[in-house]
Amino acid sequence: MPAQNIQNMTLCALKQGMSEKEFTSLEVIETLLTRISEHGGSLNAFITVTAEQAITEAKNADKLMAVGKNKPLLGLPLAHKDLFCTDGILTSCASKMLHNFIPPYDASVVKNLKASGAIMLGKTNMDEFAMGSSNETSYYGSVKNPWNLELSPGGSSGGSASAVAACLVPAATGTDTGGSIRQPAALTGITGIKPTYGRVSRFGMIAFASSLDQGGVFARSVEDAALLLGEMAGFDENDSTSVDVPVPDYLGSINQSIKGLKIGLVRQYFDAGLDDNNAKAVREALEVLEDQGAEIIEIDLPNIELSVPTYYVVASAECSSNLSRYDGVRFGYRAENYKDLNEFYCKTRGEGFGAEVKRRIMTGTYVLSAGYYDAYYLKAQKVRQLISQDFKNAFSKVDLIAGPTTPSPAFALGAKMDDPIEMYLNDIYTIGANLAGLPGMSIPCGFVNDLPVGLQLVGKHFGEESLLQCGHRYQQKTDWHTRVPERFK
Amino acid sequence: MSLNKEQIKYLAVLSRMDIKEDEIQDVVEKLSSIVEFVDQLQAVTTDGTEPMAHPLAQGQRLRIDEITEYNERDKIQLNAKNINKGMYLVPKVID
Repeated sequence: MPAQNIQNMTLCALKQGMSEKEFTSLEVIETLLTRISEHGGSLNAFITVTAEQAITEAKNADKLMAVGKNKPLLGLPLAHKDLFCTDGILTSCASKMLHNFIPPYDASVVKNLKASGAIMLGKTNMDEFAMGSSNETSYYGSVKNPWNLELSPGGSSGGSASAVAACLVPAATGTDTGGSIRQPAALTGITGIKPTYGRVSRFGMIAFASSLDQGGVFARSVEDAALLLGEMAGFDENDSTSVDVPVPDYLGSINQSIKGLKIGLVRQYFDAGLDDNNAKAVREALEVLEDQGAEIIEIDLPNIELSVPTYYVVASAECSSNLSRYDGVRFGYRAENYKDLNEFYCKTRGEGFGAEVKRRIMTGTYVLSAGYYDAYYLKAQKVRQLISQDFKNAFSKVDLIAGPTTPSPAFALGAKMDDPIEMYLNDIYTIGANLAGLPGMSIPCGFVNDLPVGLQLVGKHFGEESLLQCGHRYQQKTDWHTRVPERFK
Repeated sequence: MSLNKEQIKYLAVLSRMDIKEDEIQDVVEKLSSIVEFVDQLQAVTTDGTEPMAHPLAQGQRLRIDEITEYNERDKIQLNAKNINKGMYLVPKVID
């Protein structure tokens, strides 16, 4: 098997190739590690590459396969966002604050995927503490979009998206608090799924906004996303918000027909702000689904435009509490030269956090402070209820909700860094699903100015199966998801 | 509502975060634009609406109070810069 074929293969194809003895896990891992060392630098997609460990694990996987042992992901490569704790391996959250943090344990997601046989190639770059939509707030520098190195891959899981899109790795984990999986998936032309809140354990996932954060995956096909999600999802005693609902066989049910599936098209999403060509790509994608038997119904989410301001109150408030743990005492960055404990804290946090993280902590502190709590935080929680209710009403009429993932294709690095509001508005279509705790997925649905754009599908709580079935059906009829940027072919 | 320099300094104190003098103007401008942006929520009618804290309206799960963790102090403390006999050291708090 020539090396250039391995890099373009999906997890499912690699699995089949290994079982048919066309190539070994070691050959796969070595091919991809070579690609990471050749291209990783130009994309800045990885913070840490765990080559030695991956090679050892690949050899072990090959030995197991040789004696007929099997596991769902045995010998298959993936990467983890540098926000999932990995036992004995740097987990920086792309912050100076954690530039030296070596977790003493694995996150449940890491543990589950390891138990299924997956091999980690490294930890991917991201926005600092997952706060950003362009991957420019990383302490380790911006990640580049493989379709055009002067553009942002989106964020916050930009490193994972960029690595998967450039065929450095077939799949990677990510986290999504306001769109951090779906937006970069759309801007790099790959598949990304954020499951229902509580579907995937948050244990060992460094917290940003606890009522919104959810782990998920990036892959180059919906089928691969289904395979991985099935292995990483499930109830976890260690996460008090994990939900004890059985995990369906996502991969086994993926071929189910979508005949009669009712898909809601949100009228408000096509108002001002959406690029015309992007809108056209989404409408064309819906025609494909209609041809497959789905019924398209126009629906309203009347309060959806309030989702961005609501999110910036709720997420900032939760971040200001969550990030109070970084005090320089027990782990992470610790300032030097201080007179007393207070100065020690202030210097450590002032020097350890980047500008965007500081802004969010201060915004959160402001909306929670005496005299402002009711006006901002409590108010935002009430508006969150209204937005969530809108989704409930919509789901009484439809099975899935469809729309664009982003307002436009990838933007230039640096273009939005001076205007936080403009940056925040990039998440206008994705935030609603986080506020309501719903599963959402972005799949590539075309190109605008030679750049990929995404179709977003949002499902009912624990409705991942129908998202995956619908996305898979679309990918059976289109080939957008198989496109690879020229320089990474 | 826009914020002034004094308010930003106070938020920095509450957040236990040094903000350098030459950073303050930028923080004033950006934080003010964020606060003005979220101010649009004030116009929404929310009378009788329950605040939503959790997306699935779940209660807190309880478990039997038994030991589930073992002692990993030494491993955990490898991440700390200043340790003495298993204790974290900080600047003197009480004279």
